[in-house]
Amino acid sequence: MRELKNDPFLDFFRVDERFPHILCPGCGIGTTMATMVRVFLDLGIKQDELCVVSGIGCSSRVTGYLDCDTFHTLHGRALPAATGIKLARPDMKVVVIGGDGDIMAIGGNHFIHSARRNLDLTVIVVNNFTYGMTGGQYSPTTPTQERAATAPFGNVERSFNVCFIARAAGAMFVARSTTFHVAHLKKMIQLALQKNGFSVVEVISQCPTFYGRYQGLGDAVKMLEWLKTRSVDVEKVANPWSVKDRFVIGVLHDQEEVPPYSQLYQELRNRAKEK
Amino acid sequence: MILAKTGNEAFAYAMKQINPDVVAAYPITPSTEIVQLFSNYVSDGEVDTEYVPVESEHSAMTACIGAAVCGCRVMTATASQGLALMHEMLFIAAGLRLPIVMAVASRSLSSPLNIHGDHSDSVASRDSGWLQFFCETVQEGYDTLIQAVKIAERANLPALVGIDGFILSHCQERIETLEDQVVRDFLGRRKPAYNLLDWRNPILVGPATLQDYYFEFKRSEIEGMNQVLPIIEEVQAEFGRIAGRKYPVLEEYRCEDAEAVVVLMGSACGTVRVAVDRMRAKGKKVGMVKLRVFRPLVHSLLKKSLVKFKKIGVMDRVDAVNSYGGPLFTEITSVLYDTDERPWVFSYVYGLGGKEFTPEDAEMVLEQVLTGKEDELVTYVGVR
Ligand SMILES: Cc1ncc(C[n+]2csc(CCOP(=O)(O)OP(=O)(O)O)c2C)c(N)n1
Ligand code: SF4
Repeated sequence: MRELKNDPFLDFFRVDERFPHILCPGCGIGTTMATMVRVFLDLGIKQDELCVVSGIGCSSRVTGYLDCDTFHTLHGRALPAATGIKLARPDMKVVVIGGDGDIMAIGGNHFIHSARRNLDLTVIVVNNFTYGMTGGQYSPTTPTQERAATAPFGNVERSFNVCFIARAAGAMFVARSTTFHVAHLKKMIQLALQKNGFSVVEVISQCPTFYGRYQGLGDAVKMLEWLKTRSVDVEKVANPWSVKDRFVIGVLHDQEEVPPYSQLYQELRNRAKEK
Repeated sequence: MILAKTGNEAFAYAMKQINPDVVAAYPITPSTEIVQLFSNYVSDGEVDTEYVPVESEHSAMTACIGAAVCGCRVMTATASQGLALMHEMLFIAAGLRLPIVMAVASRSLSSPLNIHGDHSDSVASRDSGWLQFFCETVQEGYDTLIQAVKIAERANLPALVGIDGFILSHCQERIETLEDQVVRDFLGRRKPAYNLLDWRNPILVGPATLQDYYFEFKRSEIEGMNQVLPIIEEVQAEFGRIAGRKYPVLEEYRCEDAEAVVVLMGSACGTVRVAVDRMRAKGKKVGMVKLRVFRPLVHSLLKKSLVKFKKIGVMDRVDAVNSYGGPLFTEITSVLYDTDERPWVFSYVYGLGGKEFTPEDAEMVLEQVLTGKEDELVTYVGVR
């Protein structure tokens, strides 16, 4: 039995067993985790009706701190595990959280196919443009030319636009926010969780320890200022997909819902049973 | 030159001196530093290597295979889940007889998630057809990695060189290194048996062979492995001449007149040495047999050595869940099956997930083997 702490927010965390957490001071992952939990509370999603799934990485560590059903899987494999969970328990709210490396590099294939299938869950991609946990190597979202542990002279590869891929692969809802715009971030996660179908929120987050250091962006406070000044609201741009050098934040794609995978699968089972 | 280096640094330094044509890798604790430091040598122009930071270990091994098929000298490094993710490609590398050399900072496999050292990653790759070396010290790791390149290229088989995660990968030791040129002269250039890019002699790599030839290909691969031991010994002798350091494939430590010995691989050999010394000081006749090469299995050497003892403890830093004792134990008992002496053999599993294994633990094991009173098939050392 869970011991209640008389504070619904604290009650969502395994405060006694798992804190202090291992994240670096000033890291944006804590902000993302707290904001996500606040949305769960606002939407009245109960701990017993929720499963949070992650792979491996600093961002994926979140599952270890939450006091609800969580599954900390393997690097890149959160989405396949979440697929199984959702199919076994279509009534449960399933949320996947992980880094740009976990979800876009080693697990990139799962991301596009989960979107294509329109799996009914929400993916929160904490994009800090690097592999934080293993020491700041470049990731598929590290912008071209930027420096990383594996790119001392600048990254020669082109980078992924997480939201663009999500939309192209078939996501129902796609939004972007940052760890500076906390109220906005909360709104985006809220909308995503309310969508019936594959929904993605890309959270641009600061990793002062590696990405910030390699880019010379300064400490966490400076990085938050950087997130603030680099961001532009989607309402203020003509074409959000063609903007370069800015983080376009807001709802980038929200389409009319079509029946999600778990529902279609259930219907198929029912039909097969009738025969 | 005498340097202070951690296991990872020593591996990276050896790789710099080896100067491979291609390195493809993906980071994972505790081996990340190996390629990370190596990539600094690349960016500083100290090597001629093409360095490819891919998006997973599966791709890393696949890129290595692609390069090796084209005649390149290829290396990588990984650990744990990374090695597990490469599994499919490990068999391809061995089947295509590609002498890829991989540095491994051994780490336990999930689940539960754990980043510390044991041999479950390498041993799980045992049947993939790779040569496997386990090292006791950082110095041995450095020396073995260099030798492995030559051995692999002579044998036309891939090789894995393991140091225990954190225990060796992150601990600094005084090591003696060779000059860059000495290493490069020692290794020369790779002379590939075939080369995909040799357009004058087009070849087909990797096509299907079904009942017609598959078994014959496998049989020749097995034969290739059967013939590796003399190559290892040859290369070790050559290396001994340039470095002055020699590592027998199988070392007997204070085994003269021993009544009980333990056999094991990896860094814990150092721990056992201390325990053996302490017990010898008390007049107890115990010793240690250190195995450096796990694949090929040096059964003739093992047999010759082990029949001399009455009681043997085989120590595994990995468990092969529900097999008849640890993985090395089952190998050794089958090796000893057809001997007249048939010593008593006991299985000890220790240090999983990096659990500390102290000289006191080792003394306890040696003491038990000496008295030879075991009720259980496997003793799990230090488990609560
Ligand atoms: C198969 C496998 N390969 C490599 C690793 C090592 N590893 C752990 S986390 C990580 C990258 C983390 O980057 P990201 O997903 O962007 O998360 P962040 O730490 O930046 O939040 C890597 C490569 C692993 N755990 N498993
Ligand atoms: S390494 Fe970066 S991403 Fe990981 S906890 Fe530290 S600041 Fe956060």
